[in-house]
Amino acid sequence: MDWLNAIVQGTLLGGLYALFAAGLSLIFGVMRLVNIAHGDLIVLAAYLGLTVTTATGIHPLLALAIVVPVMAAIGYVLQRSLLNQTLGDDLLPPLLVTFGLSVIIQNALLEGYTADPQKLSAGGLETASFALGGLTLGVLPVLTFAIAIAVIWGLQWTFYQTALGRAFRAVSDNQDIAQLMGLNRRHIFGLAMALALAVTAVAGILLGIRTSFDPSIGGGRLIFGFEAVIIGGLGNLWGTLIGGVILGVAQTIGAQIDPGWQILAGHIAFLIILAVRPNGLFPRISA
Amino acid sequence: MPDAILSMTGLDAHYGDFQALYGVDMHVDAGEVLAIIGANGAGKTTLMRSITGLLKNGPGQISHDGADIGGLRADEIALRGIAMVPEGRQLFPSLSVKENLMIGAQVGRKGPWDLDAVYKLFPILDERKDQQSTSLSGGQQQMVAIGRALMSNPDLILFDEISLGLAPVIIKDIYRALPGIIGEGMSAIIVEQDITKALSVSSRVYCLQEGRVSLEGGSDQISREEISRAYFGIE
Ligand SMILES: Nc1ncnc2c1ncn2[C@@H]1O[C@H](COP(=O)(O)OP(=O)(O)O)[C@@H](O)[C@H]1O
Ligand SMILES: [Mg+2]
Repeated sequence: MDWLNAIVQGTLLGGLYALFAAGLSLIFGVMRLVNIAHGDLIVLAAYLGLTVTTATGIHPLLALAIVVPVMAAIGYVLQRSLLNQTLGDDLLPPLLVTFGLSVIIQNALLEGYTADPQKLSAGGLETASFALGGLTLGVLPVLTFAIAIAVIWGLQWTFYQTALGRAFRAVSDNQDIAQLMGLNRRHIFGLAMALALAVTAVAGILLGIRTSFDPSIGGGRLIFGFEAVIIGGLGNLWGTLIGGVILGVAQTIGAQIDPGWQILAGHIAFLIILAVRPNGLFPRISA
Repeated sequence: MPDAILSMTGLDAHYGDFQALYGVDMHVDAGEVLAIIGANGAGKTTLMRSITGLLKNGPGQISHDGADIGGLRADEIALRGIAMVPEGRQLFPSLSVKENLMIGAQVGRKGPWDLDAVYKLFPILDERKDQQSTSLSGGQQQMVAIGRALMSNPDLILFDEISLGLAPVIIKDIYRALPGIIGEGMSAIIVEQDITKALSVSSRVYCLQEGRVSLEGGSDQISREEISRAYFGIE
């Protein structure tokens, strides 16, 4: 039962990792941008949630109604004013610039909120649980997993069923020809970043309810997100969810063996999969 | 020229330090089909890329409907009604045939061309509409590329190497469809290796040689000798 429990808890944890990863995956898929600041943007969203909940007293999940559009707006402005200028044939400039951005966000959060750990209080949601077939499931992890599925389904639907998604795919395929079709790639990239940071906002709030956070934890979230994306295969959103689940299960099983092994077990699972399937489990374009 | 829909004056084009076009003067009249011929590397594709805004050019070098479009982005030029069927088709591989066509309509210009009209022109595309565009034959891909350009309801359409790499029977089909495409008050520029074909569908022709216009004239007035001289630069 302990092992089954570990697998179920790990699967649910994978939902959170998939939310960390979905924005990364989307951005890389549309514009080949590797966003080193992604983890810090998740933490920024958590702090925005903190400010909104303490200022208004509303529940953190309700605060999503404010944090999601604010993060989306930040994404659009960031892309149009800064990141678009770094895109080109060379992958290095966006890496350097987003690394700089990561440092700036961390320092700004330190200035604004200090290094003290914070938490979003969700009125008992954090600790609520129910029994299911001998297992005890936390309401928050189950909710997080359901949200992850809904978000990925929504992104998938946007990508394959809407004019915006068509534009994302066209620009990703061939920027010049997409431009000939009247699509301004700078605007399309702005919208992609807005969508990615909207997802990041959801991830940040759920993270903030689940655990305490401080300005320094972005890097760790970035690594989990990266690993989920790579395990699942670049450019495949459902693969990203499975990647998150594999990572989560590896961590809980590692912790089951020895509590100190939790994080290490996740990284080992990642390395094994990378060694066996360098393109991840479900690459969109098989190499 | 009062009714030139597009005119180029002293058009230069560069790739880094390399200059590919030198002071090209050219015009397209409303409703006419213009042919551009020239050897490989003469600068035909470069000219198409300059007109559509994919290559930057200076102010005052290209005007469309009397307005200077030299500084506009490619998407802004597309909105003005200039569309291109690019060399090598260049369909979007992640998009189905139907989606490739629909993305052409994203420009949002009104006119006779919509999905139904394109399917009527090329019925095979209706049968293949849900397939990935890359799974089609070369000729069918060219049909998609033409349909995609038409979906924006342009008033000027550019065809770069319209028959390159296609089987003769397909080329015939495409040329048979051409009058129906260009018929409705549209102007066109056709880049074509096959000089006979180029002359037969056009009213005027320009020959490019190493980035310069080496010959210009009415398609039925120009002689073969003049063309080979302009083509290869043989005196
Ligand atoms: N992307 C590029 N970078 C550098 N030089 C180029 C590029 N594209 C074309 N050229 C050069 O510009 C000249 C004209 O090329 P192009 O317009 O493609 O000729 P055409 O279409 O008539 O065959 C050639 O000398 C070619 O080598
Ligand atoms: Mg060419």
